[in-house]
Amino acid sequence: MRQHKLALCKTHYLEWLPEQTERFLTKYHMFTREERVLVAVSGGKDSLSLWDILVRLGYQADGLYLGLGIDGGIGYSNESHRLAAKFAEEHELKLLVVDVDQEYGRSIPVLSHLSHRGHGKPCSVCGLTKRHEMNRIARDHGYDVLATGHNLDDEAAVLFGNTLTWSGEYMLRQGPVLPSAEGLARKVKPLCRFYEREMTAYALLRGIEYIYEECPYAEGSTSIYYKEILNQLENARPGAKLTFYLRFLEARRAGLFVEQDAVMAELRPCTNCGQPTSAPGLCAFCRMIEKTRASTPA
Amino acid sequence: MNAKLILREKEFQIRSGMTLLDALKKCDILPESVIATRQGDLILEDEILKDDDVIKLVAVISGGGGSEM
Repeated sequence: MRQHKLALCKTHYLEWLPEQTERFLTKYHMFTREERVLVAVSGGKDSLSLWDILVRLGYQADGLYLGLGIDGGIGYSNESHRLAAKFAEEHELKLLVVDVDQEYGRSIPVLSHLSHRGHGKPCSVCGLTKRHEMNRIARDHGYDVLATGHNLDDEAAVLFGNTLTWSGEYMLRQGPVLPSAEGLARKVKPLCRFYEREMTAYALLRGIEYIYEECPYAEGSTSIYYKEILNQLENARPGAKLTFYLRFLEARRAGLFVEQDAVMAELRPCTNCGQPTSAPGLCAFCRMIEKTRASTPA
Repeated sequence: MNAKLILREKEFQIRSGMTLLDALKKCDILPESVIATRQGDLILEDEILKDDDVIKLVAVISGGGGSEM
């Protein structure tokens, strides 16, 4: 790990990473051992490793798998579900499963097609649905906090994108913890300071079986492009990604980004699901579902 | 004498005797984007590649919509 000037053997690496996670959980006041944590599990290396680490550290962590109905010729959702369920079974953990098609009558690709959102790619519908469903399940099942497996590369890529467009309102909300609000569960990212490469090494060394195939819709995505650019920077300047993210957090804390009155839209509960929305009536998710209910899949 | 790097479906033949880091550079692969394994064990960038080594590279980057929250 050039950025830390540190070389560890397998045994010490597998101790170091959970110890660091514990340090970040405390530093950013994410949650305590008395609180119930819901881990959003995709079957990928980051979320399964996060679940593994939290359980090893003695936290009360259950998993949530969202079935998105993505096939892409490789049975992507089926395989990711199988791996999440296998991990839960082997570790005797509780995994909640929500299938979007069963719940709303349409898979993510069909919802995307019928709603005409996202310029032919289902990623925006997928993001909207995941955020809505993760919050719904956390709230309905009485979890104190929702944890996701976002790593440093994910966070740096989002920050890079928001910096290119100076999207101050998004930057204000980006961080290791998004506090709870009326109708919204607290969201935390315990892995936000670990390089994606470090998380891959953890999953491999720990022997976690994760889905190696990329989501079929991720090919050519902007976030992967930004990650590649940031990796070139990192290659020339070890530590560049971590510095970019940590200095941003410092700057935000110091008040570099100020909430503007214009973006402080008043939130009110959605008339259907009760989750907060700035729109009058239905939230964006419920509007999408209502729109697609009236349509027939091709 | 040769060693081999494998990344997804691609194979790269390289001269043995060089370090993994040099081999990655020669193949135009960013070291930051992969983790190298030999017979299931992780190897480091300063490892010198031997004859008939088969190095499997695990791609590190994932993502798409997953970064939204």
